[in-house]
Amino acid sequence: MKTAVSRTYSGNDYGTKEYDLTARVRALESILLEKKLVSSDVIEKLISSYENDIGPMLGAKVVAKAWSDPAFKKRLLENATSACRELNIGGREGDNMVALENTPTLHNVIVCTLCSCYPWAVLGLPPNWYKSPEYRSKIVIEPRKTLREDFGLNIGPEKKIKVWDSSAEIRYLVLPERPEGTEEMSEAQLASLVTRESMIGVGVVNPKKSKTKARRRK
Amino acid sequence: MNGIHDLGGMHGFGRVSIEEDEPVFHAEWEKIIFALGMARVGWVHNQDEWRHGIENIDPVQYLAARYYERWLISAENNLLKKGMITKEEYDARIQRFTRNPKAPLPRTHDPKRLRQLVQLIRYGSSTRREQTRETKFRVGDQVVARNMNPLGHTRLPRYVRGKHGIIAKVHGVFVLPDTNAHGKGENPEYVYNVCFDANELWGTAAEEKETVHIDLWESYLQTPYEAGRYADSQPRQDLP
Repeated sequence: MKTAVSRTYSGNDYGTKEYDLTARVRALESILLEKKLVSSDVIEKLISSYENDIGPMLGAKVVAKAWSDPAFKKRLLENATSACRELNIGGREGDNMVALENTPTLHNVIVCTLCSCYPWAVLGLPPNWYKSPEYRSKIVIEPRKTLREDFGLNIGPEKKIKVWDSSAEIRYLVLPERPEGTEEMSEAQLASLVTRESMIGVGVVNPKKSKTKARRRK
Repeated sequence: MNGIHDLGGMHGFGRVSIEEDEPVFHAEWEKIIFALGMARVGWVHNQDEWRHGIENIDPVQYLAARYYERWLISAENNLLKKGMITKEEYDARIQRFTRNPKAPLPRTHDPKRLRQLVQLIRYGSSTRREQTRETKFRVGDQVVARNMNPLGHTRLPRYVRGKHGIIAKVHGVFVLPDTNAHGKGENPEYVYNVCFDANELWGTAAEEKETVHIDLWESYLQTPYEAGRYADSQPRQDLP
């Protein structure tokens, strides 16, 4: 009997051969380069932009500014796209943004159950777990349990949970609660505390434990 | 389509596995296929068609594949289907790179495309369109997500179909993925943020104090009256 993975896929059985992923991608790249359908400089620019320039440090800047500047926070919550533009932040997967404010009685968390829509312009490319069937299936049906058991984040019974499923072209950014004891901090210091996880809503900002803080700071 | 990609509310996938200090890319091939997919190379015309390409991957392969492997499979499928590459040349090329992974690649430049791409990264390519008419729904209106099961692309997940929700926000007018993915035009419509109570979605399995907010196009929604969900006002009928 044929096993499931030896079926002929919709026009594609490359996954069933012994072909290495690297060989497949290189083969595709070389053909497309030769046919002038893509160029080396475009490939390099795309990779370097998302490896070096666009990442969670941008979202952290937005959050720190909102914590420090009430007028900016108001603008951010009214129109996140234009507020981010003030900081020269925006673009691809971030051209229609909405910011969601966490409060003592409300916790927001974002997901894309149908694919992996994510606010690239403020958080960069999503981590693998965000794109995984595990997260996409569970967070809409049991958010409290998933946050507690898989992310170690306890959301108290006093808080309502809103799960935002990014099914259209709107991209969401969670504005986490500002932790206590950070009143004297500068915007740059605050930004260094803000984690990617807190801006997705699977974490909170804790001044004492910034282990997984936004990497790849500019 | 009622595909494997429509994962919301499914059980059994297990614990979310979180990688500490995860890098942006895990291997060189991931970088390249990301760039090829983003550069768009002409094998798909828009984001909706691109997404539909991923949804069309065999369900077993979809779940087994790594994330960027899905991009690769979708690219292969589309390029072969559209005749932009042939099976013969692709097979031969894979064998060349299997024998010699370091085989040289041509180095090419395309300053015009590069400029376009930098613009795309910086400014996006919004599918928002001009508002030319009134909205059908207003904030606070009760709506019912249609029970529709199209074979093609849609952004209406199964878990909200037939469910009652409330309009929470009017986002504006956006290109309709259901037609745009299939070369049938943009047909822009209002997109609404709709709030569903967890009890409505999950019944007895719902957690306390939870709502799900989801963005839905106008044609995905009906008034409760249109949906025929005023059971009390309907005459009793015999079971079929």
